[in-house]
Amino acid sequence: MTDSAMATEQVVARGSRSNGTLYRGDPGMWSWVAHRITGVLTFFFLFAHVLDTALVRVSPNAYDQVIETYKSPIVNLLEVGLVGAVLYHALNGIRVMLVDFWAKGPKYQKPMLWTLLVVWVLVMVPGAYFMMVRTVSEMFGGS
Amino acid sequence: MTATVSEEKAGSRGDLPPVPDGAVTVTLKILRFNAEVDSEPRWESFNVPALPTDRVLNLLHYVKWYVDGTLTFRRSCAHGICGSDAMQINGVNRLGCKVLVKDLMSGGGKPTTITVAPIKGLPVHKDLLVDMEPFMEAFKAVKPFLITYGNEPTRERIQSAHDRERFDDTTKCILCACCTTSCPVFWNEGSYFGPAAIVNAHRFIFDSRDEGAEERLDILNDAEGVWRCRTTFNCTDACPRGIQVTKAIQEVKRALLFRR
Repeated sequence: MTDSAMATEQVVARGSRSNGTLYRGDPGMWSWVAHRITGVLTFFFLFAHVLDTALVRVSPNAYDQVIETYKSPIVNLLEVGLVGAVLYHALNGIRVMLVDFWAKGPKYQKPMLWTLLVVWVLVMVPGAYFMMVRTVSEMFGGS
Repeated sequence: MTATVSEEKAGSRGDLPPVPDGAVTVTLKILRFNAEVDSEPRWESFNVPALPTDRVLNLLHYVKWYVDGTLTFRRSCAHGICGSDAMQINGVNRLGCKVLVKDLMSGGGKPTTITVAPIKGLPVHKDLLVDMEPFMEAFKAVKPFLITYGNEPTRERIQSAHDRERFDDTTKCILCACCTTSCPVFWNEGSYFGPAAIVNAHRFIFDSRDEGAEERLDILNDAEGVWRCRTTFNCTDACPRGIQVTKAIQEVKRALLFRR
């Protein structure tokens, strides 16, 4: 079984400082990754939101035109995504503050993470339903 | 005199040892790098007979002693005390001498593959051997020694059990670099002091006999100091001594905010 002990397999790994391996980090690491992503997404939304709202100062007509384009199923889906991103960012933000300022925060970081994910699901399921019900019934209900 | 020496493969050391009863063949997949030959690290797999009670270090020894003597890694005591053999095992930082094969076995009789890579964020010299100097520099920078002013006492510096308990957790550090090289911030910004340096600062900052807390807090108040910590808890998960690393970092942060 060991006579042919060598089976060389070449996979190129990138970079020498971070050797290209995926680190299977603590759930806390993935919560931080998600926090970053939702934060950046929310920032992009706010950027676009400030621009479109500022448009009302330019011309109310143009503002109405832009808002009109938002009445599409795709934008509705993006809205649900936005609520999901903001909600996660907010809940995890509370968790991070507790980790920072509550002496027992580091000890309970994982239970707090599971709790926030449960809360997220509990809010998002009915939330997504009520946000989408109109769009879905208009698309498929034929009312 | 043996005439067969020239027939042996370069770097190998003679016959394979007998395979013990109960051994299963596992695939040991190692991220190797030899600066003289390779421009990039490359994966190399070895089939190694392993007992469930073997440690990953035993498998590395098997490869080095019987298959390929050029495999390079650090190890000294091999009992989890010296902290020489920190490596990335199946994607997480562990000591090669503390991880048992039985805990890495894939269930249901499926073939087991164990991946071993050098710890991240430090320059690789060869295979699993990394340059520890940046890590040690950060450690030295926090002044990890007793600082006192005024006259030396004529007897021991007395400390209550309660005061000793305050920093007990952070006295356990063996400087293996598992924590620092598990930190995403350290991978991207090598200038960050890293968890290990902060743990060793914590050990003295909260020591009632020490008078250098202010100096150390000033050092760690730096842009590359404790504020770089994003509380990912990778360090706490990686520490082979079970130190609550993130908790220690948070205590230093709070000391900076509220103690002065």
